[in-house]
Amino acid sequence: MVNGIIGRKIGMTQVFEESGKVVPVTVIEAGPCPIVQLKTQERDGYQAVQLGFGERKESRTSRPKQGHFAKAQVEPTWVLREFRVKSLADVTVGSVIDASLFSEGELVDVSGTSKGHGFSGVVKRWHFAGGKKSHGGEQDLRRPGSIGASATPSRVFKGKRMAGRYGAKRHTVQNLPIIQADAERNLLVVKGAVPGPTNGLLLIRQASKAAPKA
Amino acid sequence: MNLIESVESQYLKSDLPQFGPGDIVKVNTRIREGQKERIQVYEGTVIRRAHSGARATFTVRRVAFGTGSERTFPLHSPNIDSIQVVRYGAVRRAKLYYLRERTGRAARVKERRR
Repeated sequence: MVNGIIGRKIGMTQVFEESGKVVPVTVIEAGPCPIVQLKTQERDGYQAVQLGFGERKESRTSRPKQGHFAKAQVEPTWVLREFRVKSLADVTVGSVIDASLFSEGELVDVSGTSKGHGFSGVVKRWHFAGGKKSHGGEQDLRRPGSIGASATPSRVFKGKRMAGRYGAKRHTVQNLPIIQADAERNLLVVKGAVPGPTNGLLLIRQASKAAPKA
Repeated sequence: MNLIESVESQYLKSDLPQFGPGDIVKVNTRIREGQKERIQVYEGTVIRRAHSGARATFTVRRVAFGTGSERTFPLHSPNIDSIQVVRYGAVRRAKLYYLRERTGRAARVKERRR
């Protein structure tokens, strides 16, 4: 059983529960994802399915990739991503995974590349409080302050939070409930926020840590 | 129609009256008390409409016993049973925040003749 699908973040909005409670949601265009290749224990040392997602012109596809897609008899896709699976018994190359993989109320993990913030200071990157704006502290508004003691230990500890590149890293948000799944419109609506910008690539999987349904 | 609009469209109400800033409205809200449900009415001047689609809200200002109060409602909330327009107002701006600084006769909004 394939337990994940590739998607594209469309944006956020809000919906209403029956009780009138407002729920923040992210709208994701998910699938359809053709299975392009199977990775097997014997040949590759691990078991996975390779899914494609999005459109790509044949003329814009490299020759090696064209051959790869032709072998699976599927149209070239924008991206290829692998999903580890326990068993390859019920999957075939060329079949298509769509949003009906998930149902309402199910929990999913969503992975993506977070928005890049460039070289950021400690206030933005680590939520340091910064300095005082008054009482004589005007010169230290967004400075990090002390980064450690003096002669002992005579060095800065590893992992000390400092300014640097922030964002544009792969992040996963776990246990987001599915509010709506519609294979016809290739639509997934999940509660809460997911990493990355609008139009960013997302991987949506069954929640790995979710408690089994009673 | 894009995907966000198609998600929001399932939640939009189609039976809303036309109203805007300056209008006096009665908002009938559903209140749950234990198992019982009743309707509570909030009447006042609309001082703001904000956002669009499923996220649209409006704010009603009401002065009761000399104390001003404002409530912001999600326009498409299922907890809003209905909205009635009592009087149309003639105003020249979209956000009527200036009403907050005024009391009594100065805080009135002229009626729009139609």
